[in-house]
Amino acid sequence: MLDKNQIAQRIAKEVKDGYYVNLGIGIPTLVANFVREDIEVDFQSENGILGMGPFPFDGEEDPDLINAGKQTITALPGASFFDSATSFSMIRGQHVDLTILGAMEVSQNGDIANWKIPGKMVKGMGGAMDLVASADNIIVAMMHTNRAGQSKLLKDCSLPLTGVNCVKKIVSNLAVLEVKDGRFKLLERAPGVSVDEIKEATEGELIIEGDIPEMKF
Amino acid sequence: MINKTVANVTEACKGVEDGMTFMLGGFGLSGIPENSIAELVRLNVSEVTCISNNAGVDNFGLGQLLQKHQIKKMISSYVGENAEFERQMLSGELEVELIPQGTLAQRCLAAQSGIPAFYTPAGYGTEVADGKESREFKGKMHLMERAFEANFAFVKAWKGDEAGNLIFKGTARNFNPNMCGAATITVAEVEELLPAGSLDPNQIHIPGIFVQRIFQGERYEKRIEQLTVRKKG
Repeated sequence: MLDKNQIAQRIAKEVKDGYYVNLGIGIPTLVANFVREDIEVDFQSENGILGMGPFPFDGEEDPDLINAGKQTITALPGASFFDSATSFSMIRGQHVDLTILGAMEVSQNGDIANWKIPGKMVKGMGGAMDLVASADNIIVAMMHTNRAGQSKLLKDCSLPLTGVNCVKKIVSNLAVLEVKDGRFKLLERAPGVSVDEIKEATEGELIIEGDIPEMKF
Repeated sequence: MINKTVANVTEACKGVEDGMTFMLGGFGLSGIPENSIAELVRLNVSEVTCISNNAGVDNFGLGQLLQKHQIKKMISSYVGENAEFERQMLSGELEVELIPQGTLAQRCLAAQSGIPAFYTPAGYGTEVADGKESREFKGKMHLMERAFEANFAFVKAWKGDEAGNLIFKGTARNFNPNMCGAATITVAEVEELLPAGSLDPNQIHIPGIFVQRIFQGERYEKRIEQLTVRKKG
């Protein structure tokens, strides 16, 4: 079973040379730590920076330089700043190559829910609805089950949706799955996790073809 | 040169009334119009609708207006990190319209540029689509979204001049340029107000035509919401 950093590490393998990438809050933010150093990748943060760098050194933080998670960051050489409308032109206009975000639930047809639990928690969708409605290449980073052990990979989402038919790939603490023909196709197992354990933790329909390899990092 | 300068924040907020709709720039606490917000708190203007990406934190930014129950309705995209906001929303004291962030920005831009409505794919198939016209373009479904209508836009820039020209800094830019000229009156507060001619016209982000009133903010706290640093070495 993977921890959050290992999920991020596995997702980092999907980041290719020349990609502009938008990282959501939470596990997706960690992906930046694991991207290969021999490729060129620019990170976009929807509050208005392309070419986002690592956290600043202690004492060098700037309140006018943050990411979408409101964390202090730095700008790399070649970075640019822009307004929010321009930022979402990049996103809706499909200029961003890869979107990585978290989810509370994903359904087997690629619907995603990640912004509201009615009556309990309402944080808002932020840029997630624009991102999932527009991006061709969306990877979801999530835990396979909730704290009560219930599956978060479902036939149908029970929570209010963020987007429909949009998720392409999921990397969870148990597996890598692809949304294909309205079902979850199992691609890889986390080290030490059996296919049966993944079946047990997945409420949605699974496609399991042949031997399912263990993830490599 | 048409001079947009007003003496102070009190002059800048003249005409603000109960029940009005305000746009407020900023993302989190970055680039918020701190001085204008403080004046709105002092004026105790009530029953207002605020269009702002976030709602501040409990004791700073728009959180200050929330604490005094001055806000009737918030139109935002993300409101986490504010316990009082969540309490007022879940108890029904505060009306909240949550909309996608890109839609929020584009609705500002539409108002600024005289476009009454536009289509976006964001929110299709979700509760954001409720009551909205949808239409297919290039095989994909889109929602019709309308330009905002607001009485005042309060924005914050880094530098400005007497003509109302603005330059923003870093990611404090965010929604501020999109809100300029998107309301009946745009009030710009700046860290440094300079004489006309001091700013290079090539470097202006927002031309003064979109700004009605400009003043230099008395002080800026610029609170950091999530301080994240790495160790040297």
